[in-house]
Amino acid sequence: MSSPEYRAGHGPLLEVEHLVKHFSVKQGVFARGKGVVHAVEDVSFSVDRGETLGIVGESGCGKTTTARLVMRLIEPTSGTIRFDGVDVTRMSRRALRPLRQEMQMVFQDPYSSLNPRKTIGQIISEPFTIHHTTKDTKRRVQELLARVGLSPEHYNRYPHEFSGGQRQRIGVARALALQPKLIVCDEPVSALDVSVQAQILNLLKDLQREFSLTFIFISHDLSVIRQISDRIAVMYLGRVVEIGQSELIYEHPRHPYTAALLSAVPRPETNGDGRRRIVLSGDVPSPVNPPEACVFHPRCPRFQRGHCDVEVPLLRPFEPDHEAACHYPVERWPMTEEELRHPFAGRAPAA
Amino acid sequence: MRFRTRDGIVRAVSELSFSLRRGETLGVVGESGSGKSVTSLAIMGLLNRATTDIDGEILFEGTDLLRLSPSELRKIRGRDVSMIFQDPFASLHPMYRVGAQLAEAVRAHSDVSKSAAWDRAVELLSAVGIPNAKGRARDYPHQFSGGMRQRAMIAMALVHNPDVLIADEPTTALDVTVQAQIVELIDRVKREFDIGVILITHDLGVIAETATHVMVMYGGRSMEYGPAHEVFNAAQHPYTWGLLESMPTVEKRLDALVPIEGSPPSLLHPPSGCPFHPRCKYRFEPCDKKVPPFVPIPGGHPDACLLPAERKREVWATQISRELGVVP
Repeated sequence: MSSPEYRAGHGPLLEVEHLVKHFSVKQGVFARGKGVVHAVEDVSFSVDRGETLGIVGESGCGKTTTARLVMRLIEPTSGTIRFDGVDVTRMSRRALRPLRQEMQMVFQDPYSSLNPRKTIGQIISEPFTIHHTTKDTKRRVQELLARVGLSPEHYNRYPHEFSGGQRQRIGVARALALQPKLIVCDEPVSALDVSVQAQILNLLKDLQREFSLTFIFISHDLSVIRQISDRIAVMYLGRVVEIGQSELIYEHPRHPYTAALLSAVPRPETNGDGRRRIVLSGDVPSPVNPPEACVFHPRCPRFQRGHCDVEVPLLRPFEPDHEAACHYPVERWPMTEEELRHPFAGRAPAA
Repeated sequence: MRFRTRDGIVRAVSELSFSLRRGETLGVVGESGSGKSVTSLAIMGLLNRATTDIDGEILFEGTDLLRLSPSELRKIRGRDVSMIFQDPFASLHPMYRVGAQLAEAVRAHSDVSKSAAWDRAVELLSAVGIPNAKGRARDYPHQFSGGMRQRAMIAMALVHNPDVLIADEPTTALDVTVQAQIVELIDRVKREFDIGVILITHDLGVIAETATHVMVMYGGRSMEYGPAHEVFNAAQHPYTWGLLESMPTVEKRLDALVPIEGSPPSLLHPPSGCPFHPRCKYRFEPCDKKVPPFVPIPGGHPDACLLPAERKREVWATQISRELGVVP
């Protein structure tokens, strides 16, 4: 990776340790009862400079909350966030301000994340105004526009004049404006058509190489995550159930949830190996009353009574840079649904 | 099909033809604005005829639905032809129990007692895989999860044993693992009730898993239409190639994806000639002038592309199928 000197630092760019976020909700008639949403429970990960961490999971798994915690848009209940070696967990807004330039965000909906009353030029120059770096703004904005594949003449146009893909390019240009180190992309291609999705993914990859950017890329789409990520974290009900190098996990997922997610992806290849998908029963439970012990146990095809519903599985390593939290990890891959149901097939139970 | 709007006439759909038999699933793929949802609304008679001009015919068992009076249409809609939508929450009334809404649908087309209708509702809910259907029928929609709401919508569509089920992006709003359940359910329902399904989606993967036939739409036109195994194993249209190539795969990591450059066309000001020509890698001289006729190629299925048939086969065999790893 050819990183310019000014951003050559040491250690990971972002370290998150034991992050917890609870939201309190009112329950019942007249909102007398109080419930707690366990949005993020004990999440730890680190992101190296120039790398992309993909966070994947279904709705309600806490991936967006994690992103917002990292960006310090909401306050964590406990845990620490270190950005570029500095503990930013309890930093005041004022102290945080210079650091804000270095972490930016690209949002899912290119329609609602751009102010319809502002021109593209105003939208992209806003970061410069906010951070008082207003030298030669127009030229900078036009350079940015060109870099993300738009025409510099678009400077005076309004968001409604652009298609979804072009709007997402504008969102990317805005995030790039202050030369950040970290960009958190929250489902940046989910609202786009397939043919345009690929354009934006390629653009992000090119920009990463050119500016040695670090990405946290959030998506529910496993195919998209595979194309962009170096490492991935699979989340379920606020917890990281599997984390590590992307290729290792895709080639051999260890957690049954990851396995089920992977097998659930519909594929266009009709001449496949006749692999049957693993269909999980039921829905994701409510994060207000998460299941005991392993949160996945009510839906897990490998569930063992008296173990999975009693003892919390901890993340443990399977190979360098690959950890999963499961008592009965998947022995090999691919596996049929039938094989997956029998954790001990062909070998003695683990002690 | 044309819409008169304030900004001018929108040609939403042009020269579209297809057919559906019992036991078939016709997968309609296309990006936003390709005309796929509008087509299904036209079949259901849900378009405002005051602002919409529709030419052609929609034959259901020999009857042209476009010539029926509103009251005649009402007898068919929801009974013989029914539909499920993308957002199951918006399709259920929030203030009525799920069972009551199903029972109302039962009584809309058949003269049965309230309690008989309720029993039928419970029976249908359990047929679509809702656990403890008897108890859950008394729930309100907000007490159902997204997947269960979509199941309830499917149950509602099945109330009168329809002949045709139109599913418009039925899995788009759902999580991957729940998506898999719903796709399986639609497939099972098709077999058990012996119906024809029109499955509208932007996800080629979903189509590949369940469709018997595929129609690829772009700019309000059908680009390619044929049996699913032919479309996926010998695609003929450059747009279909582009769609297949640009889909990110979960199977392996690629250095770069192959996007289709440019943006989908405006329907207010459609490009001249072939609607896809401005984005097409294979365009040649007449593409911007001549609208390609929708005709079968020898030994293949119909498509709308001016490339010679041999060239289509050659490009597929030597480039596209290899990139995709399709074994012919």
